[in-house]
Amino acid sequence: MDILRFITAGNVDDGKSTLIGRLLYDTKQIFADQLEAIESSGRLNEDGQIDLSLLTDGLKAEREQGITIDVAYKYFSTEKRKFIIADAPGHIQYTRNMVTGASNSNLSIILVDARKGVQEQTRRHSIISTLLGIPHLVICINKMDLVGYDEQVYNQIVEDYKQFAKKLKSKDITFIPVSALKGDNIVESSELTMPWYQGPSLLEHLEQVPVSQDFNLEDSRFPVQYVIRPLTAEHHDYRGYAGKVISGTYKAGDKVTVQPSGQTTTVKSVELGGKVLEEAFAPMSVVLQLADEVDISRGDVIVKAADGLEVAQEFEAEVCWMHNKALKPGAKLLLRHNSTETRCVVRNIDYKIDINTLDHLEDVDQVQLNDICRVQIKTASPLLLDKYENNRSNGGFILIDETSYATVGAGMVAEIEY
Amino acid sequence: MDKRYLDYLDQLEAEAIHIMREVAGQFEKPALLFSGGKDSITLVRLAEKAFRPGKFPFPLVHIDTGHNFPEAIRYRDELAERLGEKLIVRNVEDTIKRKNLSEPTGRYASRNALQTHTLLETIEEFGFDACIGGARRDEEKARAKERIFSVRDEFGQWDPKRQRPELWNIYNGRINKGENVRVFPISNWTELDVWNYIKREGIALPHIYYTHERECLVRDGKLMAWSDFIYQEPDDVVVKKQVRFRTVGDMTCTAAVESVAYDIDAVIAEILESKISERGATRIDDKLSETAMEDRKKGGYF
Repeated sequence: MDILRFITAGNVDDGKSTLIGRLLYDTKQIFADQLEAIESSGRLNEDGQIDLSLLTDGLKAEREQGITIDVAYKYFSTEKRKFIIADAPGHIQYTRNMVTGASNSNLSIILVDARKGVQEQTRRHSIISTLLGIPHLVICINKMDLVGYDEQVYNQIVEDYKQFAKKLKSKDITFIPVSALKGDNIVESSELTMPWYQGPSLLEHLEQVPVSQDFNLEDSRFPVQYVIRPLTAEHHDYRGYAGKVISGTYKAGDKVTVQPSGQTTTVKSVELGGKVLEEAFAPMSVVLQLADEVDISRGDVIVKAADGLEVAQEFEAEVCWMHNKALKPGAKLLLRHNSTETRCVVRNIDYKIDINTLDHLEDVDQVQLNDICRVQIKTASPLLLDKYENNRSNGGFILIDETSYATVGAGMVAEIEY
Repeated sequence: MDKRYLDYLDQLEAEAIHIMREVAGQFEKPALLFSGGKDSITLVRLAEKAFRPGKFPFPLVHIDTGHNFPEAIRYRDELAERLGEKLIVRNVEDTIKRKNLSEPTGRYASRNALQTHTLLETIEEFGFDACIGGARRDEEKARAKERIFSVRDEFGQWDPKRQRPELWNIYNGRINKGENVRVFPISNWTELDVWNYIKREGIALPHIYYTHERECLVRDGKLMAWSDFIYQEPDDVVVKKQVRFRTVGDMTCTAAVESVAYDIDAVIAEILESKISERGATRIDDKLSETAMEDRKKGGYF
């Protein structure tokens, strides 16, 4: 059984929480005591049924305001797959939380209210999803019950969306008409209400979307997190490099280069928990022992000699700014990329991306909370980078405020200068 | 099927190991909070996978309320001994005496809140900058919102509105002196995932997780293990039942469930059939208000 991580996005009242509630409820993953807790809260929806959205809004402030503020993670599984849902807020002022949820997702469900059609938020969430490299998009046209399950309405929205999606890089977009409130096409196919729709229900689609090829098995990247040196009688000379294969594969005998020093050696063994493995591949966490004694510490990256990796101190990136304090050119920040941390300066802001149209707004002198922009960055020490579009696991980084240590930005490497 | 296929348990394991190594790499004085319950036992196995053949880069720390199940305490001591890892125990009893704290009284009395005092004292005593814990997001709605690296202020408080965004597999463990980070490597695991992992790894558990006969009090429809610590009322009746525990916390606030599950396969089958969530079935402390867990966490609870 594998895992599909997905995010749900959409406007505030498009029924996101209800959709998740419905998925959990219809796959029988909600326990009686959790239902009872909702029932006893006395909040019912307009049909007089229990409000499934209350399953996901866990914070006091969210219940008070009836909106989702922060990402909630929910879990369910079927016989075919385990699912991890990042339930992200729809409000524009919480875009940063959507980026948080999207960074680890392989699929994005974007809800559209059938009565309203493609909205600003639909476009915004689609753009953010594709900027973050989510490989699969599902456009759920919700509230079909409120438009009489009309095929024409559905077709028109699909048409409008396809028109807009020409600008997106996304290769895999699926459309599904649903009613989260009534449960149409969520778990079961709704042949009665929408006989004109021949495709899978949402759950069927989620169960069959391929995820294994979403891992990059080509470019071997192994950032060292920690060096294991037992210094015991039994393991006196043992030196193991602990880390995660973020992409590619490793096995004994592979010729490797240690970056940034450039020393070359061979993998002696691949281990986990003291046991030898035949091969390690993304996203496994393992220990590598090397044939030669080379100087390696946390932050170094072990790559296969054959694979090219850019060692850079200057590059361009797309950055989602996540803090109230505006970002201005010349800002000095901490940058964390996998297990490396270095100081950096944002030398220039090239443009801001209009996240409704993807247009570039030039001549900006500062960037506000939730803005996405293109910047030039220079770092104090060299980083081992891939372009985000080529390698999601090695192209992302975070920016940290030097004094408050708050995470203030999420970056994606776009162009590497060297 | 592709031979490079990673089962969901392997994926969860790889993620948890990565998180533990980030703790080892980013912090100077981390600790692993260990209670002898199934979730922290799982953490210990993950630490073995992350750091063997080396030693753990952190001690195991138990905040002992003094109201724990003797079986869990015995297991705790034996495990630390067998692994050759350092175990630090601090007792709530000592904090109560030293600080002249009042013990909660009445029908729902538990040392749950007092445990936070001892935890914060222990963090200060040793200067721990990160505490690894076995909390899971599927346990409770407030926990579903918590980050894997959860920054706490010098009072140990969680502020859900000021959480750091957490992106990709990059964790920001930077903190100011006095603050600490609670780290939850098995955030993305469910109760069933933990059991399936324990089965796959062949991990022995304290036997109270399996069915046994025990003297219980019936309180608000829940079976509470009879002990000297539990508040008793004149009309309380002690009954003998075949029970097991789904979670192992304090004897005063953890309820047993009736069960015939004598081995791990039977436990897994029982959980698959259950209509009640883990905490719903067993915890008195969550029921005190709609936001009981959120409130406790804001106050520094683990």
